[in-house]
Amino acid sequence: MSIEATEAHQPVFVGAIRDRLETLQQSYPTRMALLLPALWMVQEERGWISDSSVHEVAAVLDLTPAYVRGVLTFYTMYHQHPVGRHFIQVCTTSPCNICGAEDVVAAVLAESGCGELGTTSPDGRFTVIEVECLGACGFATPMLIDDDFIESVTPDLVPALLARYP
Amino acid sequence: MGFPHPIHAGETPVLSTHFGDPAARTFDGWSERGGYAALRTALGMAPEAIVDEVKASGLRGRGGAGFPTGLKWSFMPKDTSRPHYLCCNADESEPGTFKDREILRWTPHALIEGCAIAALAIRAEMTYIYIRGEYTEPHRILQDAVAEAYAAGALGADAFGSGKRLEMVVHRGAGAYICGEETAMMNSIEGRRGNPRIKPPFPAVAGLFGMPTTINNVETLAAVPHIITRGASWYSSLCLGNPKSTGTKLISVCGHVQRPGTYEITLGFPMRDLIFDLCGGMRPGRTLKAVIPGGSSVPIMTPAEVDGCATDYEGIAAAGSLLGSGGMIVMDDSTDLVYQVMRLARFYAHESCAQCTNCREGTAWTTRILERILRGEGKESDLALLMDLADNMTGKTICVLSDSCATPVVSGIQKFRADFDAYLTGAAAPVAVGA
Ligand SMILES: Cc1cc2nc3c(=O)[nH]c(=O)nc-3n(C[C@H](O)[C@H](O)[C@H](O)COP(=O)(O)O)c2cc1C
Ligand code: SF4
Ligand code: FES
Repeated sequence: MSIEATEAHQPVFVGAIRDRLETLQQSYPTRMALLLPALWMVQEERGWISDSSVHEVAAVLDLTPAYVRGVLTFYTMYHQHPVGRHFIQVCTTSPCNICGAEDVVAAVLAESGCGELGTTSPDGRFTVIEVECLGACGFATPMLIDDDFIESVTPDLVPALLARYP
Repeated sequence: MGFPHPIHAGETPVLSTHFGDPAARTFDGWSERGGYAALRTALGMAPEAIVDEVKASGLRGRGGAGFPTGLKWSFMPKDTSRPHYLCCNADESEPGTFKDREILRWTPHALIEGCAIAALAIRAEMTYIYIRGEYTEPHRILQDAVAEAYAAGALGADAFGSGKRLEMVVHRGAGAYICGEETAMMNSIEGRRGNPRIKPPFPAVAGLFGMPTTINNVETLAAVPHIITRGASWYSSLCLGNPKSTGTKLISVCGHVQRPGTYEITLGFPMRDLIFDLCGGMRPGRTLKAVIPGGSSVPIMTPAEVDGCATDYEGIAAAGSLLGSGGMIVMDDSTDLVYQVMRLARFYAHESCAQCTNCREGTAWTTRILERILRGEGKESDLALLMDLADNMTGKTICVLSDSCATPVVSGIQKFRADFDAYLTGAAAPVAVGA
């Protein structure tokens, strides 16, 4: 029998991170303008943006939680739920598509153990999604693994590439 | 240079001279290569003089619309009782376009210097550089370069001891193509959803935080230091075609060419030579089928339209398309145009901000009809339906994302009808796609 851990919410914006946010305020005339940077900070710290983080960001920036949620959901790079240890985004827009991106996706899904797009592998190691143009179309197929931007991926390169992300 | 390839004799390297050279990335490296001389010059110039020089150069916006840069700057009020802002558009997300990222990661100081000079011209003390969230490496490089520029005194409350304030902040996007549209970008910086705003008011009147604002593309701004250092007449003499298209242009070429990459040509350069000489042409045994010359939002060109086409604003327009961002997608005879048009429609459907009914419904419906045709379930009347939808998506919405979705559909059906007919008659094998 396992006991599910119920962790108390630990605020993100304390100490050095709060200081970073307040320093950033000097560059913007409004408090609201700190919203995208603040959401990035939460994601860097926690890996995703939970509802309690939404409430915290709202309180810190004098906004309502509904407003923060409205903005958060507009942008595709913010994770609204936990993802695998490594997050893989493969471009499949036209220029990459005509250069074989779909084969790369298939290879990544097989090698990662995810099987299907949007799922997390049973070992919790990878989540794989397709994304629209990554702005590196001449280097098909580009992908992001976490913050690493990798170009010219072909299916045969995938096993060695994923092996670098334990 | 045709990054990542060596410079080709047909190119005119100005912005791309130092692509691939990490030593040019640092403040010292950039200064040793003649960098920051233009900013020092501009700090001694009146704003009007900078605007006039850029007007005389003929520089036009490299983000897509080709609007004359000096003229855009002249719309900014002279009165500085309210703050003025400069936004640099580094959101580069138009499929086929990957030229700005080479400026961002190889010559970030060229961009910083260009932003600083533009800020002086429009009387702005603050510049926001909005960079797409996916550009992780360019973001790091640019942030380091901005920090270096502050440390070296090029930026700050007293830029190079001139008494003028030049502040600069790198603002990271979070995944949304639409934030490349200038008013959506301003909303995004303000901490809002990236919905485009209705114009007027135009940004020069009421832009970022409601203040007078100018938005320029990375490549546009990176050209400015060269114009200040070498002069407007030098820049305007770079012209191989129409005199209204001056200077050099980065063209990022992708798809089925042997040497994809970012090439720098003098405007007016023959498109055919760019594809077949600089980029090495098609793979062995393949022939050219289609070219989308200016990012995915412009009409698709046929090989016949490419022949004799001058790569500049007027030349490509005369050939039935647009220079756009300079993101060139080349497709050979292995390409299924119906599938690719569907893929582009799906892109726009995914990226629509959904404020306008015609865009929200039109992009999604267009995608579904194209998917149905690909599955072999299309009807002859579907093409007329797609054309009718396209008509309803053009010129009727807050921004032109909706029009951009209609463009490849219309040019695809008009110029590559045989590809569509193959699915409608059952000659092409159905593709498993969509619902
Ligand atoms: C849907 C949409 C997306 C756009 N994306 C970009 C972009 O990624 N980069 C860019 O520079 N301009 C983009 N633009 C054009 C900008 O709105 C704006 O015209 C441009 O940044 C102005 O700079 P320029 O005059 O220097 O070209 C986009 C426009 C639309 C309608
Ligand atoms: S045209 Fe589309 S993307 Fe542009 S404002 Fe309307 S709904 Fe949004
Ligand atoms: S289409 Fe794949 S990076 Fe642009």
